Amino acid sequence: MTAKSTSVEVRLPSRLGYEKVAMSTAASVAKLMGFREERIEDLKTAVAEACINAMEHGNRLNEGLQVGVLLSAGEDALEVKVLDDGKGLKTLPPRPDIDKKIHGEEDPRGMGMFLIQALVDEAEWVAGGNGKSSYVRLVIRLDSPSE
Amino acid sequence: MQTETKTRVDQLTSPAGHPVSVLRFEGDIASTSKDAVLGVYQSLPKATTKLILLDFTKVDYINSSGIALVIQLLIEASNSGQKVYAYGLSPHFTKVFTMVGITKYAGLFPDQGAAMAAL
Repeated sequence: MTAKSTSVEVRLPSRLGYEKVAMSTAASVAKLMGFREERIEDLKTAVAEACINAMEHGNRLNEGLQVGVLLSAGEDALEVKVLDDGKGLKTLPPRPDIDKKIHGEEDPRGMGMFLIQALVDEAEWVAGGNGKSSYVRLVIRLDSPSE
Repeated sequence: MQTETKTRVDQLTSPAGHPVSVLRFEGDIASTSKDAVLGVYQSLPKATTKLILLDFTKVDYINSSGIALVIQLLIEASNSGQKVYAYGLSPHFTKVFTMVGITKYAGLFPDQGAAMAAL
């Protein structure tokens, strides 16, 4: 991120459906920054999936725990951190395989992290050092003027 | 927070004369949509339902749990010898369905007319 940035923070209950609040907020910030509609749609899906993972796997749907969403708008990129109280990931799951899913060799679920990685420019999962306070960090960049 | 999924089933006949069951979804497709997606699909008689068309025209939000329900429908349809097609997805969700490979097992069309003409 550049030195000049503007931050927006949202706190969500760990209740499925509330990821849409983060989606709307991220979309509003991205629109203000001048992102194209297509990229805003990519961002919305990535943010939604990151929040769902945080609610389900990080906070185990404990509504007493919140999911934090921190948006930092720089001059040329938007960074989104989604924080939960889980231990984080030790390893990333393998890329989903539709053929294995259709033939019953792989769980039909498990597309969320793949979608996040595919739809934004950077995605990293950071485990909290104290066994909690883990986060995923997403970065989506504004197109250069020539694109 | 999630908009309830509503599903309506229409029985149509394609220009080629084949019966087509159209599942028209409305609302979000998420983890709460199991009955609206799989339940409605499973209520169709397998012996006579061979062509299934999924209408996403009135769906604004699909998350990975919703995609998993569509994949489960495709698994059951594959095991029952049925063919599944879809139309009405936004450009973004057309991209997402393509990325996850659903298009390998469910042909996508821009609208109902294009889908029915191909069936």
